[in-house]
Amino acid sequence: MSSFWSAYIFILTGISIVGLAILITLTRRMKDPGGEGASTTGHSFDGIEEFNNPLPKWWLNLFWITIVFAVLYLIAYPVGNWDGVLNWTSQKELTDAQIAHDRRYGEIYERLASMPVEDLSDNPQAMRIGQRLFEDNCALCHGQAGQGSYGFPNLTDNDWLYGGSGETIKASLVNGRRGQMPAWGDALGAQGVRAVTEYVMQLSNQDNVNASLARQGEALYNASCVACHAENGTGNQGLGAPNLTDNVWLYRIPGESIRDSVQYTLNNGRAGNMPAWQNILGEERVHILAGYVYNMSNQ
Amino acid sequence: MQHETVEKNVGLMVALVLVAISFGGLVEIVPLFAQDEVTEPIEGLEPHNALVLEGRDIYIREGCHVCHTQMVRPLRAEVERYGPYSQAGEDVYEHPFLWGSKRTGPDLARVGQRYSDEWQKAHLYNPRSVVPESNMPAFPWLFEWTVDGSKTGAKMAALRRVGVPYTDEQIANAESEVDGVAEIDALVAYLQQLGTLVTGR
Repeated sequence: MSSFWSAYIFILTGISIVGLAILITLTRRMKDPGGEGASTTGHSFDGIEEFNNPLPKWWLNLFWITIVFAVLYLIAYPVGNWDGVLNWTSQKELTDAQIAHDRRYGEIYERLASMPVEDLSDNPQAMRIGQRLFEDNCALCHGQAGQGSYGFPNLTDNDWLYGGSGETIKASLVNGRRGQMPAWGDALGAQGVRAVTEYVMQLSNQDNVNASLARQGEALYNASCVACHAENGTGNQGLGAPNLTDNVWLYRIPGESIRDSVQYTLNNGRAGNMPAWQNILGEERVHILAGYVYNMSNQ
Repeated sequence: MQHETVEKNVGLMVALVLVAISFGGLVEIVPLFAQDEVTEPIEGLEPHNALVLEGRDIYIREGCHVCHTQMVRPLRAEVERYGPYSQAGEDVYEHPFLWGSKRTGPDLARVGQRYSDEWQKAHLYNPRSVVPESNMPAFPWLFEWTVDGSKTGAKMAALRRVGVPYTDEQIANAESEVDGVAEIDALVAYLQQLGTLVTGR
């Protein structure tokens, strides 16, 4: 802002301060005749009249104090391109607070960030920081205790879509993950979907599998699904293709049968999206968070 | 001048009250019009596309701004939790802005891309399904209702009148872009772009 606007603000504020001072001077009544000689306001109610006495001194002085305060405030804080006597800005206040914070805690973050992710499990300080970060940022999807829910992976078990080593967990946090299961409904047809569903259920040894359908399904599986989910359904962590043999079902609505859930997945596909956190939380915090998540499944 | 002169002449009192109030406005508001920081868009800021614009109107209709602010203040604790503090230039195309003043829920100024679309949808359908302790209302009708695009172009034209640089082409295509889209998709599109121009920490 130009100095014009600084002057504009100063002048208008000055005028109103001076104006208020004049107003107080003009409207106060300094002389207090007191007692019977005092004039009244002219209001009368049931014979009770109101004296027109001046404001008490201490009250009047409060007005003067606010006027002095206004002048001091005006020159102390920034107005337009006038920086103010105190040189205060909200950005500087924030930066100062951040510098003070870094001075106090920066060394701790740095030390923890230089440790391997797996080793953080044994560090109570890292686990406390990690828990706070997890609850603020991750618990929304993965649950307070990392138990996950429909569509959001459980982090406390040992089943990993992309791998459970410290570095893979960190990579998931840093760059995020995008899982994509295509819809096979059209390609396989209704009968094909039913058959593959039976085979997928057989892979994890479910009860009441229709064996002859499963045999048909196996052939279809080996033609279409094997590229990602691997032979015998063991999955591929490089692609984030889940292991189908372990009886862990990410997309099973509570109460839904496994058969219905698998069939829906085959017909409609699924898309998982883990956002990237590096830019939001910064490298050091992501590192500590990875340690916390690693610890969840390795306790 | 005696105070009774002022107190007994309503006309004079009204005039003086107006003077007193206009001094406040002249000092606090008028200089902002001349401040680039307030009037210039930040780098990369584009007017909301039709879908996001409709999402924003759903956000307003459902009263999201009553419980959620969109204003990260320049305080360390806020920057730590939500991300970089809000800048005036981010909101120059917002009419009206949705800064809010009451946080029953968390601030949403930087919520864009923080959580997946799937999460936003699950959460809006029933917040308790993903955050058991949440007291946010559920908005299941957003999944059934669809956007009526017949007024979208007119909304854009109105916004153009107050300085949002929409092109004729955008206004002409607005209806076909959003008509019949599920409201949830519009709202999620709006949420996912919030505050994404300013990143880092």
